[in-house]
Amino acid sequence: MYDLIVFLPLLGFLVAGLFGRLIGARNSELVTTIPLGICAFLSWVAFFTVGFGHEEHAQVIPVANWFVSGKLAVDWALRFDTLTVVMLVVVTTVSFLVHVYSIGYMAEDSGRPRFFAYLSLFTFAMLMLVTADNLVQMFFGWEGVGLASYLLIGFWYDRPSANAAAIKAFIVNRIGDFGFALGIFLVFALTGSVTFDAVFGAAPGIAGKMIHAFGADFDALTITCLLLFMGAMGKSAQFLLHTWLPDAMEGPTPVSALIHAATMVTAGVFMVARMSPLFDLAPVALSVVTIVGATTAFFAATVGLVQNDIKRVIAYSTCSQLGYMFVGLGVGGYSLGIFHLFTHAFFKALLFLGAGSVIHAMHHEQDMRNMGGLRKDIPFTYWMMLIGTLALTGFGIPFTSIGFAGFVSKDAIVEAAYASQRPGAVYAFLCVVVAAGFTSFYSWRLIFMTFFGERRSLSHAHGADDHGHAATDDHAHDDHSHGHDHTPHESPQVMLIPLAVLALGAVVAGLAFRPLFIGGGFEGFWKGALFLAPDNHILEEMETAPWLVSLLPTLMMAGGFAVAYYMYIVRPDAPRALAEGNPILYRFLLNKWYFDEIYDFLFVRPAFWIGRLFWKGGDGFIIDGLGPDGVSARVIDVTRNVVRLQSGYIYHYAFAMLLGGAAFITWFLIGGIR
Amino acid sequence: MYGDAIFFWVFAATLVGSALAVILARNPVHSVLFLILSFAAAAGLFLLMGAEFLGMILVVVYVGAVAVLFLFVVMMLDVDFAELKQGFLQYLPIGALIALFVAFELGYVAVGWTRSTQAAAAASPAGAIANTAALGRVLYTQYFYFFQAAGMILLTAMIGAIVLTLRHRVGVKRQDIAIQVARNPASAVEVRKVPSRVGI
Amino acid sequence: MIIGLTHYLTLGAILFTIGVAGIILNRKNIIVILMSVELILLSVNINLVAFSTNSGDLTGQVFALFILTVAAAEAAIGLAILVTYYRNRGSIAVEDINALKG
Repeated sequence: MYDLIVFLPLLGFLVAGLFGRLIGARNSELVTTIPLGICAFLSWVAFFTVGFGHEEHAQVIPVANWFVSGKLAVDWALRFDTLTVVMLVVVTTVSFLVHVYSIGYMAEDSGRPRFFAYLSLFTFAMLMLVTADNLVQMFFGWEGVGLASYLLIGFWYDRPSANAAAIKAFIVNRIGDFGFALGIFLVFALTGSVTFDAVFGAAPGIAGKMIHAFGADFDALTITCLLLFMGAMGKSAQFLLHTWLPDAMEGPTPVSALIHAATMVTAGVFMVARMSPLFDLAPVALSVVTIVGATTAFFAATVGLVQNDIKRVIAYSTCSQLGYMFVGLGVGGYSLGIFHLFTHAFFKALLFLGAGSVIHAMHHEQDMRNMGGLRKDIPFTYWMMLIGTLALTGFGIPFTSIGFAGFVSKDAIVEAAYASQRPGAVYAFLCVVVAAGFTSFYSWRLIFMTFFGERRSLSHAHGADDHGHAATDDHAHDDHSHGHDHTPHESPQVMLIPLAVLALGAVVAGLAFRPLFIGGGFEGFWKGALFLAPDNHILEEMETAPWLVSLLPTLMMAGGFAVAYYMYIVRPDAPRALAEGNPILYRFLLNKWYFDEIYDFLFVRPAFWIGRLFWKGGDGFIIDGLGPDGVSARVIDVTRNVVRLQSGYIYHYAFAMLLGGAAFITWFLIGGIR
Repeated sequence: MYGDAIFFWVFAATLVGSALAVILARNPVHSVLFLILSFAAAAGLFLLMGAEFLGMILVVVYVGAVAVLFLFVVMMLDVDFAELKQGFLQYLPIGALIALFVAFELGYVAVGWTRSTQAAAAASPAGAIANTAALGRVLYTQYFYFFQAAGMILLTAMIGAIVLTLRHRVGVKRQDIAIQVARNPASAVEVRKVPSRVGI
Repeated sequence: MIIGLTHYLTLGAILFTIGVAGIILNRKNIIVILMSVELILLSVNINLVAFSTNSGDLTGQVFALFILTVAAAEAAIGLAILVTYYRNRGSIAVEDINALKG
C-alpha cells in the first residue's frame, strides 16, 4: 500500500507525459489528479497508522536493487517513519489541491497535458526524496525535484525571462547540490555505507573523529554536516543561494504554490531533520544552520517590504519563513522546524493560490500598484487571503496555544531561539523577532494594497513610477484575448475549493497538531525518527521562556499591522514620501541588496568569459582550427598555389618536363643506373 | 686528315650558329631559313661520317619538304615580328641555367662513356659496298616491318593533315561523277513541239 | 686533330640544349616551338649516326631514317593543327594560347 503512494504520481506523469496529446487535455488532468487524490488519502491513512501506531522502528520496504560498486551497495527502498509520513501528508495534500486548482487556473493554456505531467513528475520526485532509505536515493529525488522545478518555471518557454529564470534556478540549485554530493561522499568515506540505518548507527562512533585536509585538522562530522547543509541552502533558498527563488515566480502560480512554498524548498529543512543523528552530534554545524537561517529570515523580510509584484512579496515571505525553519532546526528543535514546515505549507500555499486567484481576476495583472479595492469584487478570495495572512503573521491569543497556524509554530521557534544556549542563538532571536515585525508589515501591506482603497488604473501606475519595475511586469500583459471586461470576477469553483481546504488547515493545523510536534506527545509520535542528543533539551527549555518573550511576536505582529494600516489606509501617500525621503535605502531593498548584480559580476561574467574562451579559443580556434576547418583551409591554400602550375602556357609545361628530365638524369648519374 | 677536321669544325660551327639563330631571330621567315641552313650543315656532317644516304635524304626530305612546309605556313599565317618580350628576360636566367645544366650532363656522359662488354662486336662491312646499297640490304630484309609501319605512319599523317585543314567552301561547283554517269535520257532530254515563228 | 666520336656526341648535346632552350625560352609564336622540336630530332639523329659509324652497325642509320620519317609526319600534322588553331583563334602568339589554364 505504501509504495502506491510513491508510484501513482509516476504513473500519472508517464501517461500524461507520453500520451497527453493523444488523450486530450481534460483526460490528462484527470489521469494525474485522480491518482494524486488517492495518494493524498493514503498518505493520511499512513500518517495515522505510523504516527499513532506501535511500530518502534521505521518500516523499510525494499523495491529493487540499484547498483553495487566495490564496498558501495545502493538499493531502491522506501522508508516509512514519522518524519516521512508527516512530509507525505504535506506533499500529497498540497499537490492534490494544486492539481485541482490548476484545472481552473490553466484552463486556457494549450500546454495543459505537459503541465500536469510535470506536476506529477515533481510529486513523484519529491515523494522519492522523502521516502528514501539511503542518501543516494534521496539525492535522486533531490535532483528530480530540481529538474521538475526547471521544467515548470520555464513552462512558458517562449518567454526569455522564464527560460533565464529556469536556468538560474537550476544552476544555483546545482551549486548547493555540489556540496550535498560532497557530503554524501564524506558520509560514505566515514561510515562505509549510505543507507540511513547504517549511517545513523555509525554516527556516534565517528563523533570526535578528525579529518586532515588542506594542512589542517577538521572535525569530520562537522564538515560532513556543513556540506550537507550547503545542499539545503541551495534547495531552500537560504542566504547567499537565494537568488533563484524570486525569479522562479516566472512560472505559473500553481507551480509557485506547490514547489516554491510548500514542498521543494522545504526539502532542505526535511533533509537536515532527517540527518538529525548526524547534525545533533555536530554543534558547530548546527550553529551555522542557525545563523544562516536567521540571516535569511531577516534579509528576505527586508526585501519583501518594498516589492511591488504580488507574487514576489509572497516569495520573499517564503524565503524568510524558511529561515525560521532553519533557526528552529539549528537550535536543536527539529520538530519545531518540521512543525513550522507543516503549518507553513498550508498557509503559504493558500496565499499563493489566493494570489493566483487575484491575478486570474485581474486578467494576469501582477503589479499591486495597479490593484486596489478588490474586496468588493472577489470577496471569497479576499477572505481566504485574509485567513492566510492571519496565519502567516501569527495571529492568536498569547500565552495560550489558541491561534492560527503560524501563531503556534512561529512563536515556538521564537521561544526556542531565546531559550537556546548555543552560539548564534542570541543573534537568531533578534533576527526572528525583527523579521516577525517586518513579516506582519508586508503581509498587511499586500492585503491593503490589493483589496482596499480605490482601484488604481494601469496608466496611472505606469506614468508615475516606472523605475521600480524590478523586471517581472512584462509578464503581466500577455493575455488580452478575453473580451476585455475590466471588472474582476471571482474565480471558478474548481479554484476556490482548494483555497477553502487550505484555509481550514491554516486555521486549525497549529492547534490540532501542536501536542504531537512540541508538547508531550513528542516521544510517542516521533519514536526516534528525529534524533536528539542527550544534551538536547530544547523542547523543555523553551517552555520556560519569560512571558515577555512569549508576548513579543504578538507585539511585533500588532505593530506591523498598525504601521501598514497607517501607511496604506490612513495616509496612502506616506509610502511614496518615505521612499523618496530615503532613496538609497529604498533602492537597496528594492534591488534585493544588489545580490544579483554582485553575483553577476563575481561569477556570471567570469563564467561566461571562461566559456567564451573555451568556445572561441579552444573549440573554435584550436580544435576546429587544427581539425576540420584548419585542414580544409590548408587544403584550399595548397591547391590555390598548386593551381598556378597550370598556367595554360605550353612553355611552362615544357619547362617542367625539362626539370623533371634533368632531375632524372642527375639521379641516375649520381646514383648509378640500377 | 686536316681536311676532315676543318670541314667538321666549319659544319659544326654553322650548325650551332644557325640553330641559335633559329630561336633568336625576330622575323619568323628568317627563323625558317636558318633552320634550312642548319639542316644543310647537318647533312654535311652526315656526309663526313660516311652516311651519305642519310645526308641526302636530309636535304631532300627535311629541307625540300618539311622546311618548305614551314615556310608556307609562316607566310600564310599573319605572324608578326616579335620584340623581345619582358617575360623572356625574366625567365632567361633560370631557363638558361637549367639548359646549361642539362648540356653539361649530356656532355659528361658523352665524354665519359665506355663501351659495355655485352655490346656486339663491330661488324665489318663485307666488301666496300656503298652506304646506300648497304642500307637497302638491311632495310628491306631485317627491318621490313618497320619499313611498312613507317609507310603507315606517313599515310596516317597525310590523312590527318587533310582532315584537319580541309574546308569546304560554300558555293563551289564540283562535278559529281556518279550522277553524271547515272544520267538517262528520260531525265536529260525533253522533247518539245515548237511551233514555227513562235519559239519556246 | 682526330675528330672522334666524342666530338659528335658533344655537338649533339649542344644542339639538343639549343632546341630545348628554344621551347622554354620562346615568347614569340608556336612555329618556333615546332622548329625547336626539329632541332632536337636532328641532334638525336646526329647521335645515332655517330654511334652507328663508330660501331659499324647500320642499325643506327636505319633508326635515324625512321626518325626522319616520323619527324616529317609530325611536322606536317603539327602545322595542320597550327593552321586550324589559327583559323579558330586568330592568333598564334604564345601568351594568347592558355586555354589549358586550370
